[in-house]
Amino acid sequence: MDRTIAINVSHLCKSYDGHKAIDDLSFHVYAGEIFGLLGPNGAGKSTMLRTLITLLHPTSGAATVLGHDTVREADVVRTLFGYVPQERAIDRFLTGREHLELLGALYHLTKEEAARRIAELLKLVELEAHADRPAKTYSGGMKRKLDIACGLLPDPKILFLDEPTLGLDVPSRLRIWEYVRMLKARGMTVLMTTNYLDEADQLCDRIAIIDGGKIKTLGAPAELKIALGGDIVSLTIKETARIGALAAAVTGQPAIRTVNTTATGLDIRVESAEKAIPAILDAANRLGCRLEFIDYHRPRLDDVFIAHTGRSMKDDLPTKEE
Amino acid sequence: MQHYWQEISALTMRWVLRLSREKFSMLFTLVQPMLFWLIFFGNLFQRAADTQVTQAPNYISFLAAGVVVMTVLNNGLAGGVDLLFDKENGFLERLMSTPIHRSSVILSRFIFVMTITSLQVLVILGVAFLFGVQPATGLLGIATILLIGMMFGVGLTSISMAMAFSVKSHGDFFSVLGFLSLPMIFLSSALVPLSAMPGWMSVLAQFNPMTWAIDAVRPLILSGWSEALPHVGMVVVVMLVFDALCLYGGAKAFRRAMG
Repeated sequence: MDRTIAINVSHLCKSYDGHKAIDDLSFHVYAGEIFGLLGPNGAGKSTMLRTLITLLHPTSGAATVLGHDTVREADVVRTLFGYVPQERAIDRFLTGREHLELLGALYHLTKEEAARRIAELLKLVELEAHADRPAKTYSGGMKRKLDIACGLLPDPKILFLDEPTLGLDVPSRLRIWEYVRMLKARGMTVLMTTNYLDEADQLCDRIAIIDGGKIKTLGAPAELKIALGGDIVSLTIKETARIGALAAAVTGQPAIRTVNTTATGLDIRVESAEKAIPAILDAANRLGCRLEFIDYHRPRLDDVFIAHTGRSMKDDLPTKEE
Repeated sequence: MQHYWQEISALTMRWVLRLSREKFSMLFTLVQPMLFWLIFFGNLFQRAADTQVTQAPNYISFLAAGVVVMTVLNNGLAGGVDLLFDKENGFLERLMSTPIHRSSVILSRFIFVMTITSLQVLVILGVAFLFGVQPATGLLGIATILLIGMMFGVGLTSISMAMAFSVKSHGDFFSVLGFLSLPMIFLSSALVPLSAMPGWMSVLAQFNPMTWAIDAVRPLILSGWSEALPHVGMVVVVMLVFDALCLYGGAKAFRRAMG
């Protein structure tokens, strides 16, 4: 299939003081798709995004947006995308409308054009009634909506979303997802970062799982799950001290593909659950491991993540990125 | 060029809007130098200060020049604070990801700080006038005072912005700020003429650009053009060097922070 490439990243590296924040990243984003960069905090997602919005110069390699280089043609690139930074990139003293008016001037819109777009966007994100209140009176969800309106003001072909639903309550989150889907329906290309697996699964056409500055795997969520093959049996074990022994006992048994230890038990990828489960239970009995919980499911994006990074997103400590 | 102007005026208006939303803080910044230094300090030391030493009819008229330059100092050193907050909450990144000239944000900040400082200086001279201090060089003298203030302010604001772009946290910024401001005042001719200082302090004070600014502003207020002109000529040279150094450092810090 021949599709237009909107964003192309090739062998991109960025180091800070010898530490490689991103290490030889290459991927491309097709026009009109929602592409997700998924990874824990500190994985390099933000560095990648800041390079694409022209605010970081790569140490080596290059990135292009609609064919324009983010370093050499930074001025052109800046006219092509809208950017929605992480929450709080808002001036609490300005009203919603003033935010949009400021950006209108920075994108060099005429007063009339800016006024027309602002009215349209305030309606779209349902902030009309609150447009003339200072942003410090806004709720988290309202700030996020204002952020999105700001990102859409230049009427961009490409939208960069940085952790669009971080820290939002469930209804606000679903609302933001709706907007993103609507933008895709209008033909916009969206590149987003997220550390929510369900968000990537629900929203993205394709995702790249990033960890330690490298792409671990890339593809459509459904493809990635199928590629894992087989089903997952998850065990929660009472005697956590015996997890290691149990892992050793089941590894290499027929119908068992891979065994991953977690904090409370094992995640076992199996060819067929019917054959594998009796063998697992046998081994557990023999070793005197009492099972607290056993679950058997089709692969989820969590499993994809674990399979490619060797750890769970949940194991990740809540550290600040960069 | 038209785009450039559109950006700068919109960004400058943002600072004005912010200030107008913080009325209490605006009042406080405006009143503080007059109230604390000119009115309280000036009257408090009226009898303690020897007119033979200050060479002025009274201490308030001596102090007026110092308070004017102190205001420039404090506004200049605080000039980067708003950019520091913009940097920390990501607003700066939002601005810089738009197709604006890289210098627009900084220029808007210079314009805003210089304007506010000039207005404040005028208010201080007005209050001093109420206490009987009449600038000896008239309106042209006042214009010269504003010019000197702006020249000094550009360098100070550059230092402040350079710090805002370089510091890791705003705690660091405010500690350095607090550490800089008072010694700069004490090691200058703001409160006491150099000739009346302990030797080692007057030596240090001579390296303080603030001293040069005050020594030019003071005769403009107290004596007249003939005495002021050589000092004014000198301060222009000193400030050109000072500003060049500060702008160079500021530009470097900005480039490092913003790619």
